[in-house]
Amino acid sequence: MILDSKIPAGPVAEKWTNHKFSSKLVNPANKRKYDVIVVGTGLAGASAAASLAELGYNVKAFCFQDSPRRAHSIAAQGGINAAKNYQNDGDSVFRLFYDTVKGGDYRAREANVYRLAEVSVNIIDQCVAQGVPFAREYGGLLANRSFGGAQVSRTFYARGQTGQQLLLGAYSALSRQVANGKVKLYPRTEMMDLVKIDGEAKGIVTRNLITGAIETHAAHAVLLCTGGYGNVFFLSTNAMGSNVTAAWRAHKRGAFFANPCYTQIHPTCIPVSGDHQSKLTLMSESLRNDGRVWVPRTVEMAEKLRSGGIKANDIPEDERDYYLERKYPSFGNLVPRDVASRNAKYVCDEGRGVNETGEAVFLDFRDAIKRDSEDTIRARYGNLFDMYQQITGENPYQVPMMIYPAVHYTMGGLWVDYNLMTTVPGLYALGEANFSDHGANRLGASALMQGLADGYFVIPYTLGDYLAKIGPAPVDADHPEFAKVAKEVEERIQKLLSINGSKTVDYFHKKLGKIMWNECGMARTAEGLEKAKKEIKELREEFWKDVNVIGSNEELNQSLEKANRVADFLELGELMIDDAYDRNESCGGHFREEYQTPEGEALRDDENYAYVSAWRFVGEGEEEVLEKEPLEFENVKLTQRSYK
Amino acid sequence: MSWVTRTLSSTLGRKLMMALTGLFLILFLTGHVSGNLLLFKGDGGEAFNIYAKFMTTNPAVKILSYLTYISVIGHVIYSIWLTRQNKKARPVGYGVSKQSGSSSTASRNMGILGTIILIFLVVHMQSFWYQMHWGDMPVVTIEGEQYKDLFSIVSFAFQNELMVIGYVVAMAFLAFHLSHGFASAFQTLGLNHKKYSPAIETLGRLYSVVVPLLFASMPIYIYFTQS
Amino acid sequence: MKLTIKVWRQKNAADKGGFVTYPLDGISTDMSFLEMMDVLNEELSEKGEDPIHFDHDCREGICGMCSLYINGKPHGPLQTTTCQLHMRSFSDGETITIEPWRAAAFPVVKDLVVDRGAFDRIIQAGGYVSVNTGGVPDANEIPIPKVVADEAFDAATCIGCGACVAACKNASAMLFTSAKVSQLAMLPQGQVERKSRAEKMIAQMDAEGFGACTNTGACSAECPKGISLTNIARMNREYFSAAVSSDNV
Repeated sequence: MILDSKIPAGPVAEKWTNHKFSSKLVNPANKRKYDVIVVGTGLAGASAAASLAELGYNVKAFCFQDSPRRAHSIAAQGGINAAKNYQNDGDSVFRLFYDTVKGGDYRAREANVYRLAEVSVNIIDQCVAQGVPFAREYGGLLANRSFGGAQVSRTFYARGQTGQQLLLGAYSALSRQVANGKVKLYPRTEMMDLVKIDGEAKGIVTRNLITGAIETHAAHAVLLCTGGYGNVFFLSTNAMGSNVTAAWRAHKRGAFFANPCYTQIHPTCIPVSGDHQSKLTLMSESLRNDGRVWVPRTVEMAEKLRSGGIKANDIPEDERDYYLERKYPSFGNLVPRDVASRNAKYVCDEGRGVNETGEAVFLDFRDAIKRDSEDTIRARYGNLFDMYQQITGENPYQVPMMIYPAVHYTMGGLWVDYNLMTTVPGLYALGEANFSDHGANRLGASALMQGLADGYFVIPYTLGDYLAKIGPAPVDADHPEFAKVAKEVEERIQKLLSINGSKTVDYFHKKLGKIMWNECGMARTAEGLEKAKKEIKELREEFWKDVNVIGSNEELNQSLEKANRVADFLELGELMIDDAYDRNESCGGHFREEYQTPEGEALRDDENYAYVSAWRFVGEGEEEVLEKEPLEFENVKLTQRSYK
Repeated sequence: MSWVTRTLSSTLGRKLMMALTGLFLILFLTGHVSGNLLLFKGDGGEAFNIYAKFMTTNPAVKILSYLTYISVIGHVIYSIWLTRQNKKARPVGYGVSKQSGSSSTASRNMGILGTIILIFLVVHMQSFWYQMHWGDMPVVTIEGEQYKDLFSIVSFAFQNELMVIGYVVAMAFLAFHLSHGFASAFQTLGLNHKKYSPAIETLGRLYSVVVPLLFASMPIYIYFTQS
Repeated sequence: MKLTIKVWRQKNAADKGGFVTYPLDGISTDMSFLEMMDVLNEELSEKGEDPIHFDHDCREGICGMCSLYINGKPHGPLQTTTCQLHMRSFSDGETITIEPWRAAAFPVVKDLVVDRGAFDRIIQAGGYVSVNTGGVPDANEIPIPKVVADEAFDAATCIGCGACVAACKNASAMLFTSAKVSQLAMLPQGQVERKSRAEKMIAQMDAEGFGACTNTGACSAECPKGISLTNIARMNREYFSAAVSSDNV
């Protein structure tokens, strides 16, 4: 099968304009005859649902949370990029495009990224018009900062709560359409499966999380805006409810899953404190501007530290190893996320970790406080220091912070073409749920940009083209396919409830997370991946034999919700392993230890692996089939990163 | 519903009525306490009785007094209306509730404080206001003019220790009620500004101490000076 | 740590519900409050008992999903969200009482889970600027003084958790509603619909059955984001001025 990415012809800067012009339009009077389902109400989902409803389509919006406002986009801290060049510092659409492709380690589609950079400027306008209170200068104009090592200041922000403010903006637009009657909202409702009729997506099956009712919804198109799958690792910075179920069900109904192994690991998270840990908390990367990362020089010293024989502050200067400054003299503590993360892992693997679990490194502000005064540091990072103290009970003004990397974002997702349509006609994927714009690694402040770009400015055009082609005839909600899929969903739930095994759902989830983290986390090897694949298969078998899901379907049942999600993670995990195993190179968030430069940098293989891996589900229990979409670079020159 | 009734029956409208009537009663209290200071004059009640006659006969004061009655009744009715709404808003209470620290005792008990003050008001009005208007009053002649001798009624009433204690205690409740009510009324009217609110709060605290203290000192003063 | 957990259990909305007490051992002071609940739930699950249902999602203090009235206070003893509360705030041997938010407008769904849909409906009544996607002016076209933007931001940080309602002796939603009314009343973008927004949102707030405001200040004192009472005063102002000057007869 040949994957048709439907990238429009012509120069990259004109592709989107031309494509919009050549797309079919739906007659304004006909729009009300179309129904569209939007699953997920984060930045992508809420913006898409609102924008489509504004155009006149009938939208049904679903979220598993009690309110659309709680989607995990809300937790993004840093900011949102846009090529506004308000700062007159040389930014442009092309530069944002270039930086994003390069940052993605040349594994993203040029045309998509260019479009993203192009519409980024509209996003800021839109959000400001909605009343999003971005940071401003004293003159009243918008403030920008440089983020994640960018050479220009193009990041718009709202203190450390940019995601929250953008989501509340999109949520308000969505709420307005709910009031207008153009959006019907289904909170506490989870998508359980996709319904296809004659090969096209025509609806979904959902479970009402309060009553357990299995319901079917028909529509002319289905949009999955369901976020990433970082929770496959059990511990991540994702919300507890974040899951892959909607995307995975779609995958099993024919949507290809692209680049599942591309995972972003964020270097500055609060370390795990024990087995009870339920999730990880990220602290802004900006901390690395002033904090110095170190571990004890020797394993003996580290052991003494862990056993309480010595305090961090008592370790003399010559016993400390500022390993990032040592290995990367020019970038020092500001090396990119993946490099910082990997090196933390290496020193901890050597036995030089600094907390009880041995999985933490110091981020020390002692020198910065000496240099700039405590007040200056407080002014810069006060809220982060407070948050750290609240969680750990330690005062980072007096003792060094402890940090460790954590899974943060997944670049992979459902394969989509230029129109954001998956390989199932009528089924779209937006935001983190698709794979399209970040390649193998996402730049800071680009996730918010992509979610809103897809929802506000891409899908309203590309969906219209599809809808115009299929025509407004109503979807037959009584088609037997709906009942059939609903029955399958019910059977699966009954199966989960009837196992009555001896182990809780979390037991399996934690075990899966450990396998994934150890073998498919920051660094991967062929050998480790082979082992992990076997372990996951066994774990999955054990799950279906021995899990204990308490309660019944006909009630609010959080064990059942979890079991259903973990069952899918157990399948996705294996595919991630397959993907990581297939990709015999290192790039961005995928680091295979066998493929590195002599300096320990990710070593790409552009000749053999400049493609998107799109995995096709062929049947239960069968190995998935890899389809490749070759990547062509006409505007960006492929180079090797170096931070020496 | 017209916009007026709609507004005044909304939660905010009801609060507005509470604030307006409350503030008017604060104004009334200010006048009341200033006039009653004549009790301290030590002239055998002459000035006080003249003042009492003025207050019951002057047409302008009449209008004000009707407004006061309306305010009292309005304040009570609206508070009952609001309290019913508030009770309905939480049909099942908490097993454990620790609200100290996050709000003042007075603010949480305005209804109880108000009810006690209302009971006091009934006794108070029965003792003096009713007597003055319809009671069988002794009469004094000052500079050839006849005056109802309210001063002697007051003096007599406050020979009774229980009455004195009752008044003092009631004023303590009033103090608590005002300690929250004064500033709260401004907040309800939307008058919250970082330039003026601190002044309003200070004034409120001052007012809630000074006015009830002055009122309470009257029966005590009379008790000790007129026996 | 050894603890006694006294928690509200209620099978569903129709069930009467009541407190159930569970002993719990081996709790680390480093655990978050919700992780302590996870441990308890794992124990219950292993015994085949229905785990205690409670709302939670981001566990980093921003989504507003977690609730819980802990030892007589919404989100427990600290001014933070329950998910950011850690067990070091409690002492060994302590009895911890956990209850759902209590308000007629927030009916209990199960155990500690309540339905906060009323908040969504208040926003739907007018908590937005009516602009469609596209066709908006350049973001820098209207300068906004930094102090105004900052104050609007302070109001906008509301996470919609409902602690204000839970804390209020009247179960009033004034702080929540006023945060949104305030944010949009301060920004130039919110001016066009300023009057109708205040009127509609307050009408909806009333229709949901929340109580009135006694200005006790408990809402703001317990708000994990410290939303200020000045917002309530501003909303009052907005409402009264809208009532006397809007076209809504």
